Amino acid sequence: MLVVKDLNAYYGKSHILQGVNFDVKQGEIVSILGRNGVGRSTTCKAIMGDVEPHGSVMFKGEEIVGKKPHEIAHMGLGYVPENRDIFPTLSVRQNLMLGMKEAGKEGVWKIDDLFDRFPNLKERAENDAGVLSGGEQQMLTMGRTLMGNPELVMIDEPTEGLAPKIVEQVGELLEEIAARGVSILLVEQKLTIALKIAHRVFVMGHGHMVFEGTPDELRANDKIREEWLEV
Amino acid sequence: MAELIIFSLLHGLVYGLLLFMLASGLTLIFSMMGVLNFAHASIYMLGAYVAYTISQYVGFWPGLIIAPVVVGLFGALVERYGLRHVHKYGHVAELIFTFGLAFLIEEFVQLIWGKQTVGYHEPAVLAVPLFEMYGQTFPAYKAFMLLVSVAIFIVLLVVLTRSRVGLIINAAITHPSMVSMLGHNVPMVFMGVFGVGSALAALAGVIAGPSLGTSPGMAVLLGPIVFVVIVVGGLGSLIGAFVASLLIGMMTTFAVAIDYSFGQFFMDVGLNMDPDGVLSDLYTVTIAQLGPIMPYMLLVLILIFRPTGLFGTREV
Repeated sequence: MLVVKDLNAYYGKSHILQGVNFDVKQGEIVSILGRNGVGRSTTCKAIMGDVEPHGSVMFKGEEIVGKKPHEIAHMGLGYVPENRDIFPTLSVRQNLMLGMKEAGKEGVWKIDDLFDRFPNLKERAENDAGVLSGGEQQMLTMGRTLMGNPELVMIDEPTEGLAPKIVEQVGELLEEIAARGVSILLVEQKLTIALKIAHRVFVMGHGHMVFEGTPDELRANDKIREEWLEV
Repeated sequence: MAELIIFSLLHGLVYGLLLFMLASGLTLIFSMMGVLNFAHASIYMLGAYVAYTISQYVGFWPGLIIAPVVVGLFGALVERYGLRHVHKYGHVAELIFTFGLAFLIEEFVQLIWGKQTVGYHEPAVLAVPLFEMYGQTFPAYKAFMLLVSVAIFIVLLVVLTRSRVGLIINAAITHPSMVSMLGHNVPMVFMGVFGVGSALAALAGVIAGPSLGTSPGMAVLLGPIVFVVIVVGGLGSLIGAFVASLLIGMMTTFAVAIDYSFGQFFMDVGLNMDPDGVLSDLYTVTIAQLGPIMPYMLLVLILIFRPTGLFGTREV
């Protein structure tokens, strides 16, 4: 579904992505693991066209390098950024409405579904999103992207800085997303959720992948874990 | 006294809302694209001249509609084929681009319409006094200006707070790339905002032309004040632009009406000043004379004590 080949990206003169290769198949949950600063978020942004990509990114059989971010989003690729880029001056409901690609057009995911799942969001539906707690903002960011009916969603560090109970909720939502047939690219630093739900994992080193395998294979590979993941 | 207050209030309101029509576009463009459009006041002037020419052939009313549309399209083209390409070279390049555009428009206006004030007049139906009070009249045309700008303010408010496009604009002010990644065509929205902002400036020019005079100097006359408005209100804040527009509109009109000097003040409080002293020139300065520099004094005070402006969140 998503095939990334020799992806390079730069911030000014620094060469951040140095030939990234990986793929996500239809209905699959793939996780990219790695420490901070190895280029995981840049990978997502380069795929979305937010950072200028060099190389090849095929999505549903079509080359998307060179396309604009909104065109890529319309093809069915969704992105949930790590910094929870909610729109702070808009209400929770308005944030969700902006997730829809066309006015008032709900797809598989409905605002009410989301509110049923997260009563906190429902309670604050008309409040400014800026007042939400970190966990609520995370749910809102994920919900907002889902409103656009993505076929593949890239989720960047959804559990960062969240309480264990909220992390559990994030995990449940990820499982439901997968159950509805949406492919997931989960970018994480911590292994817990990723090893639990991913079908395949990639480990990213400095600007490229250093490991590919199943969660079990990664558990068995002490060397990779020690060198690239453990802090 | 009542006369002074009523008329100054009305004139201040007319002037303030005129400022707002310019400031609203300027501040929206700034907050979305991060570029201060130095050509904004020139576009206002262009609006007046285009409307003047149209009015020569088909009268005032069609000009009122057509000129903003034409100038708005011009603005959209400037964004699409000019500013957007300059964007990748950074904000300084964009600033210089709009600066150049301002000169270009000014020269173009002088080339086509000459350096003299052109005879752009209000339609006969509005060239009458609306009412008379204390022997002073209030022109119907000023009331019309008031009406147009209030209508624009309401439309702008409704579009920005109630419509989907308004939501997208609001979100794109703070997070343009996120909005883009949700599937909204942000470059198109930018072009639209630039176009509509230009159309608003042009409309302000169209209605101001007959009242303030349509001359190549009209951009320079209003441009700096509009910058003061958006800095005082807070860069990027529409509410701030509105409040600051009215504040500065009122301040300057009230000042003009007050013929009161420092010398008089000192006399009133019982101090006797030497009329031939070193500072005697200063004593005779009246509030009315200070009127034109008051916005700039306010600007300096704001920059010292509240650099984010009244309602802004970012520093200048």
